[in-house]
Amino acid sequence: MSDGATAPGPADPAAASARGAHGRARVAIVGMPNTGKSTFFNRLTGARARIGNWPGVTVDLLSSPVILGAQAVEVVDLPGVYDLHGYSDDERVVRHFLEQNPVSLLVVIANATQLDRQLALPLQLKDLGLPLVLLLNMEDEARKLGIEVDAATLSRELAMPVVLMSAKHGLGCANATRAMEGALRGSVPRRASPAALAADDSLEARLDALVDRAVRLPVHAPPGLTVRLDRVLLHPWLGLPLFLGAMWLVFEAVYTLGAPLQDGVAAALEWLKGVALLPLTAGVAPALRSFLEEGVYDGLGTVASFLPILVLFFLMLGLVEDSGYLARAAFLMDAFMARLGLDGRSFVMQLMGFGCNVPALMGTRVMRSRGLRLLTMLTIPFSLCSARLQVFVFLTTAIFSSKMAPVVLFSLYLLSFAAAFLTALLYRRRLVSDEPLLLELPPYRAPSLRQMWVRAWSEVSHFLREATGFIVLGVVLVWLLTHYPFDVPAAGPETLAGRLAAWTHPLFAPLGFDSLLSVSLLFGFVAKEIVLGAMAVIYGAGEGSLGGVMADRLTAVQAYSFMLFVLLYTPCLSTVAVLRQESRSWRFTALAVAWPLALAWLASFAFYQGATALLGD
Amino acid sequence: MTLDVLPPDQTATIAAVEGETALTSRMRAMGLRVGREVMVVRRSRRGGPLQVRVGSTDLIIRPREARLVRLRARPADGR
Repeated sequence: MSDGATAPGPADPAAASARGAHGRARVAIVGMPNTGKSTFFNRLTGARARIGNWPGVTVDLLSSPVILGAQAVEVVDLPGVYDLHGYSDDERVVRHFLEQNPVSLLVVIANATQLDRQLALPLQLKDLGLPLVLLLNMEDEARKLGIEVDAATLSRELAMPVVLMSAKHGLGCANATRAMEGALRGSVPRRASPAALAADDSLEARLDALVDRAVRLPVHAPPGLTVRLDRVLLHPWLGLPLFLGAMWLVFEAVYTLGAPLQDGVAAALEWLKGVALLPLTAGVAPALRSFLEEGVYDGLGTVASFLPILVLFFLMLGLVEDSGYLARAAFLMDAFMARLGLDGRSFVMQLMGFGCNVPALMGTRVMRSRGLRLLTMLTIPFSLCSARLQVFVFLTTAIFSSKMAPVVLFSLYLLSFAAAFLTALLYRRRLVSDEPLLLELPPYRAPSLRQMWVRAWSEVSHFLREATGFIVLGVVLVWLLTHYPFDVPAAGPETLAGRLAAWTHPLFAPLGFDSLLSVSLLFGFVAKEIVLGAMAVIYGAGEGSLGGVMADRLTAVQAYSFMLFVLLYTPCLSTVAVLRQESRSWRFTALAVAWPLALAWLASFAFYQGATALLGD
Repeated sequence: MTLDVLPPDQTATIAAVEGETALTSRMRAMGLRVGREVMVVRRSRRGGPLQVRVGSTDLIIRPREARLVRLRARPADGR
């Protein structure tokens, strides 16, 4: 099997002078899911890709400038589609993109081991009348499976250059770019005509004829290693415990490695504050100084504290997804999750949310159906994250006996799951997955470190661009509430926050909260990490003596009611920022804030009133 | 017979794929097409999905969707 390009040359006779007149030429990459499309995109573009908006399209697409030949072109990575005429969200996105955005070249990536069905896509795309190049990826796997592809015949039959390659190992990539350069020469950017995007009846026959002529496909099972691994990992009894064990390992890896890194970032920020910010603000009026130090700087610090976790999370998610295990997790958990309107991948993200909700929400992008994704995003904020755990560990040990404290903590974990499942049950009819669970189970593959790194990096830069403004603004707002007017003690009853607590007292009194607790809930909206520090300020206690003060002022029933509320209500500002970033809908973001708030109030109310009635308090 | 009751490790030929267009076109794109050989590799417990092999692809499919895939009767297998 040769990996040479067999290029009949660009069919378009249009003069080369058209080039440049339309500005930068645009190259769109299309392909079915699991063809290594993103791997090729990353190899082509390096880590320079940016996520951006496109006309007619409701999701973010990655794009990057690339030099091809002597020409600067813009390469766009379109979502994976099975069928150009299909009905899924991604298939609509690709159609709308091609209708609305002029394209100079379409690069189709197909998995060389599955040409019996994957050639349907280039056949459909051919009708668009755009210049095409077909790249047959995973050539190495195909060769191992004894699949023979006659690239010359394929190229002739399809009337487009066909190149065999392996994007992961870099084999044939030079030929691929050469074929792309050739096809780009003299190509005029144009839109796809909507007529060509309508369904096509003769496709099946054309596909079969093409496969017959150009592909020799021995009957093959997946590689032996995959069969052997699956026998254990998908075992009827062992599969589930092994899955939970694997998830635990991933979880430990992310958060035990992440915690010291987060501490490091915090220490670095503190140091920077000492040497750079404080000398600068020394002569400034106290109010402005507090604004800069506790508003803006701490807001930026909140953003920075997520970076190590995000990188680690996406490295691990890359490992789980690229190795092929995520699809297995879906298989194992589906029987249960399907009843909640979710699938196994939702469960993986929900588990990861127990470390931190922010990366788990970003990770839902592995689910391509919008309904399923939004429903999963609605359940994740109920996962008891490590920041909330800090608050709970502190309060349970301060207020409950050493025998009761672990029981109380465990009950909060149970309630965390219960709230997520209840939410899924309540909203599964409104946020319906419009795709059936029809997932490919790819063979196990060794993930490429480069690919994992590029992805983690792109996620982090996306978060920085999208969420920073929102988070800093929120931190500043809460700072203002708790510090204005500036001549009274911070977070005291005379501040805006104190007055807000007094006004809302009728709302929180039935839950057993005094106004001091209500003010700390306001801080908790920024980040649960700062709740304890804020409480120390509000209660006028040092952090060392806070436990004693809390134990004096709160009954066990009040404390549990408060913890229930903290567990369920809006997790933190960063979570809200990411909910908006990922859903791109303010309406959904409002729902994702309002519903947990309502549930928190109801749960605390029911508990506090029930418990005080029972105990005759 | 339909795909959801095909015993593991037995192959059969697809006779028809029923259901609404959105679903059947996706199933076709995944390889579940009339005339293709299909095999159930394993089924998960408690009514969970099936692992199905068709052509060069292994798929996860829920019993509800597998029921839409009708198989050609195979007299040789006695079923």
